[in-house]
Amino acid sequence: MSLNIGRRQMPAPTVYPDAKPFWDAAAEGRLLVKRCRDCGEHHHYPRDGCPFCGSVNTEWRQAGGQGTIYSFSVMRRGEVPYVVAYVTLDEGPSMMTNIVDADADAIRIGQRVAVRFQPSEGGPPLPVFAPV
Amino acid sequence: MSLKNSACIAGAYEHPIRRADDKSVAQLHADVARGALADAGLTLQDVDGYFCAGDAPGLGALSMVDYLGLKLRHVDTTETGGSSYVVHVAHAAAAIAAGRCNVALITLAGRPKAEGMATGTAPRNYGPAPDVPFELPYAPTTMNMYAMAAMRHMHEHGTTSEQLAWIRVAASHHAQHNPHAMVREVVTVKDVVGSPMIADPLHRLDCCVISDGGGALVVVRPEIARSLKRPVVNIIGTGEYQRAQSGGKVDLLTTGAAWTGKAAFEEAGVKPADIQYASIYDSFTITVLLTLEDLGFCAKGQGGRFVSDGNLIAGAGKLPFNTDGGGLCNNHPGNRGGMTKVIEAVRQLRGEAHPKVQVPNCRLALAHGTGGSLGTRHGSATLILERA
Repeated sequence: MSLNIGRRQMPAPTVYPDAKPFWDAAAEGRLLVKRCRDCGEHHHYPRDGCPFCGSVNTEWRQAGGQGTIYSFSVMRRGEVPYVVAYVTLDEGPSMMTNIVDADADAIRIGQRVAVRFQPSEGGPPLPVFAPV
Repeated sequence: MSLKNSACIAGAYEHPIRRADDKSVAQLHADVARGALADAGLTLQDVDGYFCAGDAPGLGALSMVDYLGLKLRHVDTTETGGSSYVVHVAHAAAAIAAGRCNVALITLAGRPKAEGMATGTAPRNYGPAPDVPFELPYAPTTMNMYAMAAMRHMHEHGTTSEQLAWIRVAASHHAQHNPHAMVREVVTVKDVVGSPMIADPLHRLDCCVISDGGGALVVVRPEIARSLKRPVVNIIGTGEYQRAQSGGKVDLLTTGAAWTGKAAFEEAGVKPADIQYASIYDSFTITVLLTLEDLGFCAKGQGGRFVSDGNLIAGAGKLPFNTDGGGLCNNHPGNRGGMTKVIEAVRQLRGEAHPKVQVPNCRLALAHGTGGSLGTRHGSATLILERA
């Protein structure tokens, strides 16, 4: 069996000030992650303070854009089938995303994926991932 | 301060309705409030503490307090999704222990069925929260969020759809005896894995029902409980925990139950093996499997084996669970199942469960709630209850 997953119309994310650099970079096709200068941990979703040590001494870093699928679920009941997943970036954090441009029946946990940016309806583009 | 034996559950009531086309949410709250108070032998005039969550209409508790005509010394609107009411029992015990109230009323009501809500299969917008922009565009439905946990459990531990199905099978065996249950049909493992796939790897029969209605509890000071005519149910162990995506350290296989179970068992001074009956939140079959592991009923990864072959069926297995049919078959009022978990545990401890599913001489029971969504953020709560 195969179920080809294409692209779905995606609603615009609300851009809050503390995450604006993330969305500005996405508009340039770059994926950013937040890193704590004190404890060295990366985190996602981005916020002003480090959720691990509480420090506000954080910085934006450009991620390599590659990762592995931690888990996923194929939604077969929508108008267009789609795949929700957590992808663990090579930098450490896992992020929720969609797997696109893939055969849903061939997706596996542990599979290598790379970021792509997909337009949203009237907002910044969203990072999605496709098998490499 | 330990809450052990600081308060008792004196009243419990589950609304018999499952589809409430002709009732408002406030009416349903009032129905269950009166029901639980009548069960306890008390009235609305006796209530001096009130607990409700986000399902209550209006600003916090304010509308319901006025609708019911309550005169209070204490109010608490802790919102942790479907586990709220399990948390409320512990908070009521704490308030009673602190002298803030004597008779605490907890109510839940909702009508998602009448309102035609696509509970599990449409993305839920949690509003202007910082994490929402990083989730909602990806259209994660509640089902996907639990399905991802199931998928990961299968990957790491070799759990199968057939093992998950046993949880539904056990619930259906219990629901056949409950005249109010939404689905009373006894099903087999084959029926479950043969039902339509909704969000891989969860099938339709891995999901709870969508129902209207509600429930209420009355928590009182021990002296008051002993003065009433109902069997005394002591609160002896409590635990609550909140868990989300942990800054990206996502671990879908460890639920808040790993913390709440430890806290509740320590407070109660008992072990999982001592529990004679367990109400385990069952939004989906995977919710039960992960919770049983995290509470310590079996080792992490062994949940599939633990639930198989009828081990959760009253009279047949080692750990009778959700003997009302649970959320999977009986009732999941307002998409919030924590309330009915406590109610059935109280029935078991009073010896008032259906005779076909009553645990003989049930003295020690556990009730666990999981609210929100396992895959993104959830609030967990555990109660251990003992018949005096």
